[in-house]
Amino acid sequence: MATTYDAIVVGAGHNGLTCAAYLAKAGRKVLVLERRQSIGGATASEQIHPGFTFSTCSYVVSLLRPQIIRDLELSKHGLEIMPLDWTFSPFEDGTSLLRGPDPEMNRRNIARFSRKDAERYPLFGQAMSELGRMMKPIIESPVPEPSKLTPSSILEALRIGKQFKGVGEEWLAANLKMMTMSAVDFLSEWFESERLIGPMSVSGIIGTFLGIRSPGTAYVLLHHYMGEIDGAFRAWGLQKGGTGGVAMAIARSARSLGVEIKTGCPVDKVLMTAGEARGVVLQNGDEYYAKAVVSGADPHRTFLGLVGEDRLDADFAKQIKRFKMRGSSGKVNLALDSLPVFPGLDQESPALRADITIAPNIDFLERAYDDAKYGRFSREPFMDCVIPSLTDPSVAPPGKHVMSIFVQYAPYNLKEGPADWENQREAFGDAVIDTLERFSPGIKDRILHRHVLTPWDLEQTYGLTEGNIFHGELSLEQLAFMRPAAGWARYRTPIEKLWLCGSGAHPGGGIMAAPGQLCARTMLKARAV
Amino acid sequence: MPIHSPFHDRVAPYCTSFAWKDWAGYYAVSHYGETHLPEYWAFREACAITDITPLFKYEIKGRDAARLLSRMTVRGFEKMQVGRVAYTCWCDAKGKVIDDGTVSRLGEDYFFVTAAEPTLSWMSRLGRGFEVELLDVSERTGALSLQGPTSRDVLKQCSDANLDALKFFQTTPAKLDGMGVQISRTGYSGDLGYELWCNADDSPKVWDAIMAVGRDYGIEPAGIEALDMVRIEAGFIMLGVDYYSAPHVTIDARRSSPYEIGLDRCVKLDRGSFMGQEALRAEAARGAEWKMVGVEADWLELERLYESYNLPPGLAPAASRAAVPLYSDGKFVGQVTSTVWSPLLKRYISLASVKAQYAGIGTKLQLEHTALYERKTVTATVVERPFFEPERKRTP
Repeated sequence: MATTYDAIVVGAGHNGLTCAAYLAKAGRKVLVLERRQSIGGATASEQIHPGFTFSTCSYVVSLLRPQIIRDLELSKHGLEIMPLDWTFSPFEDGTSLLRGPDPEMNRRNIARFSRKDAERYPLFGQAMSELGRMMKPIIESPVPEPSKLTPSSILEALRIGKQFKGVGEEWLAANLKMMTMSAVDFLSEWFESERLIGPMSVSGIIGTFLGIRSPGTAYVLLHHYMGEIDGAFRAWGLQKGGTGGVAMAIARSARSLGVEIKTGCPVDKVLMTAGEARGVVLQNGDEYYAKAVVSGADPHRTFLGLVGEDRLDADFAKQIKRFKMRGSSGKVNLALDSLPVFPGLDQESPALRADITIAPNIDFLERAYDDAKYGRFSREPFMDCVIPSLTDPSVAPPGKHVMSIFVQYAPYNLKEGPADWENQREAFGDAVIDTLERFSPGIKDRILHRHVLTPWDLEQTYGLTEGNIFHGELSLEQLAFMRPAAGWARYRTPIEKLWLCGSGAHPGGGIMAAPGQLCARTMLKARAV
Repeated sequence: MPIHSPFHDRVAPYCTSFAWKDWAGYYAVSHYGETHLPEYWAFREACAITDITPLFKYEIKGRDAARLLSRMTVRGFEKMQVGRVAYTCWCDAKGKVIDDGTVSRLGEDYFFVTAAEPTLSWMSRLGRGFEVELLDVSERTGALSLQGPTSRDVLKQCSDANLDALKFFQTTPAKLDGMGVQISRTGYSGDLGYELWCNADDSPKVWDAIMAVGRDYGIEPAGIEALDMVRIEAGFIMLGVDYYSAPHVTIDARRSSPYEIGLDRCVKLDRGSFMGQEALRAEAARGAEWKMVGVEADWLELERLYESYNLPPGLAPAASRAAVPLYSDGKFVGQVTSTVWSPLLKRYISLASVKAQYAGIGTKLQLEHTALYERKTVTATVVERPFFEPERKRTP
């Protein structure tokens, strides 16, 4: 095959597609090669049970940048994101806490557990939004590299630094605390009730192999708050028809811009001549050539798989091997015969449309982590549930519902080895449902179908190394100019003409599409294509 | 003091916000719960049900019914098929718009008209000498609007209407839980949707029958605030907001011709005489002075404006009906009249009246915007209307 492209993108996940669309928008000839028969990567909607559409892997659209929605005209191509405005946390004693957009309701509800916390709560939100806003330029531009003092990197650093000018010591102190403290310690400086600290702290551990008491998790809290930096235009939400719709919309936009997308084309290796990437070879031997190769796969797969350790500089290979993947979460998707019931909750209540967090107290969460530390899945895991069919009836037959349950911890490295997940999958599913049953009595009897996804499945089916949903843990030492390796945080790689555009690049995971966008922008600016 | 619509007892328990407003003398819900946003999403993702009884409703019967409507409004009705609905407007003798609404042909000599303002006296004046019977059925007709992707499923479950055969802008009689109703595939949302007309006395039972099946399809009672957002996305104008009824204002600057409010397509000049025909013919020949357009504010500029005060963009989550000036090179050239941040499109969009030479798609204007006390401007571009038009609106 002799077709030559300006760029070949490996992987049709949301970042690969976004990168391809932006390159095509700038007039480049782009080919996307996807291993699976369907596009979307971990941004997939699948009918596992007839009539029920599951957002199999990722389930909320967290931080998708509004600018990308406008640039790629994603609304025209089917993007419809409905906001998730409430958080509902049931407790085992039958009480619960509902938080939402109405500040007075929040104050009343929190006051049942602590009047002081109720008054502090809006101030906390304000402080986090303020910190989040200062971080915004960081996620919206390629990260400056402190080690390379080129005029442009100095300018960029100054532009971001300007955000912090005149913010006062108070803010800098808060920021420093964020960077170093654990989620629980940070939240405990604000609040006294575990009923608030428990459910709030889990944003600090989602997708990491850390506990809510592990240092550094406070920062991850902020990463999740950035979903709300647009004020009234919160980016947290559910996509119509499941998260696969996001990838479909980006793919349609990309195709309308001239991108060619081929599915069922597993790439075997990046073709290289004299240290430069010049194309890819598929597992079936077909070769494709391009001026640049962009990998949407995670750093491990990209460098240790597609490139191969033998073609890497030894130091760099070491850095990539040290880049922590260690998946820690699983998914359970349920087809339900009827809506679940939570004690004391009205069936018509908006709370059911909320993000339902099973994180009743600090010890519960820490015990869940203890299991994981010793290579077991949590006997009583933390769960984050949504029932998208309440807002979007198209994902289930009339009157029936789908429930998506994000579960942590499910360590990729079981004591018996990751392949043992094949034997433990259903036991893990049982632990999830047994725990949920304690908070939502009767849920077992409503289940028409249960689909359990372990980190092993995430790796084997979706190509996420060690089942890490973010292409590498979002811990502080793996963010910004350290993502995925010091000196290589600007989408370029040590292999000339090979670029990285997935969540393993800055600013990281979640259905944000920023790595894809920023990678394309950087490539165009560097005239790499 | 507004009065209760026939659906009031059914609607009221849902209105936990107590946010009522006066719509043509009736209590109408602004929003039901904490915020109007779940209702907005019901319009776009499931089914929003709105009590639209406050619309003015008329029946025109008799041999000259079609002739009267052709004389009164800007389009002809003689050739319209039974079972069709048309959107139209009517003008005074100077070709200035009085009101807009829909006309349904229910029988050869039988029409049903909706209007935003009382219209009986105007129809009677124009109907002198015509063989027609005019009936104001506003009070004795209950009206509901079901809009959104699952609206058809809901109505299929509770009525015998063949909705798969009912095309966009068609109407059909049907039985709903044993009661006679009229169902039109029309609405104010720019989405798949239906409007349903029933006997006022049957209203509570009609509501119950719909809600009983609607729950499985995500039905959600929706108020005026959510409706206002979707109608702007759909590019629909509103009387008293985007234009004024000619007899209700005192100066010509506030009056508009159909050409000036984007209703060009409705006007059929070359036929028998009708109100405003000569004035409209002249205007068509010389070109309208003003044009109704869609504009979109440049989001990045807006963000930068807020950023300059160290603020995050602080736009209201609801639609605005405030008129705000538009400039070109510092010169006033028009105003936006309805504005909304579209949560679906992630765009800040408005309907605007601009001088005709600024109406071309792509024209860059300056829109006044106040981030913090000070009046500034941001770039706003003239763009295609409607802003949102899903295929399901028209497809079978």
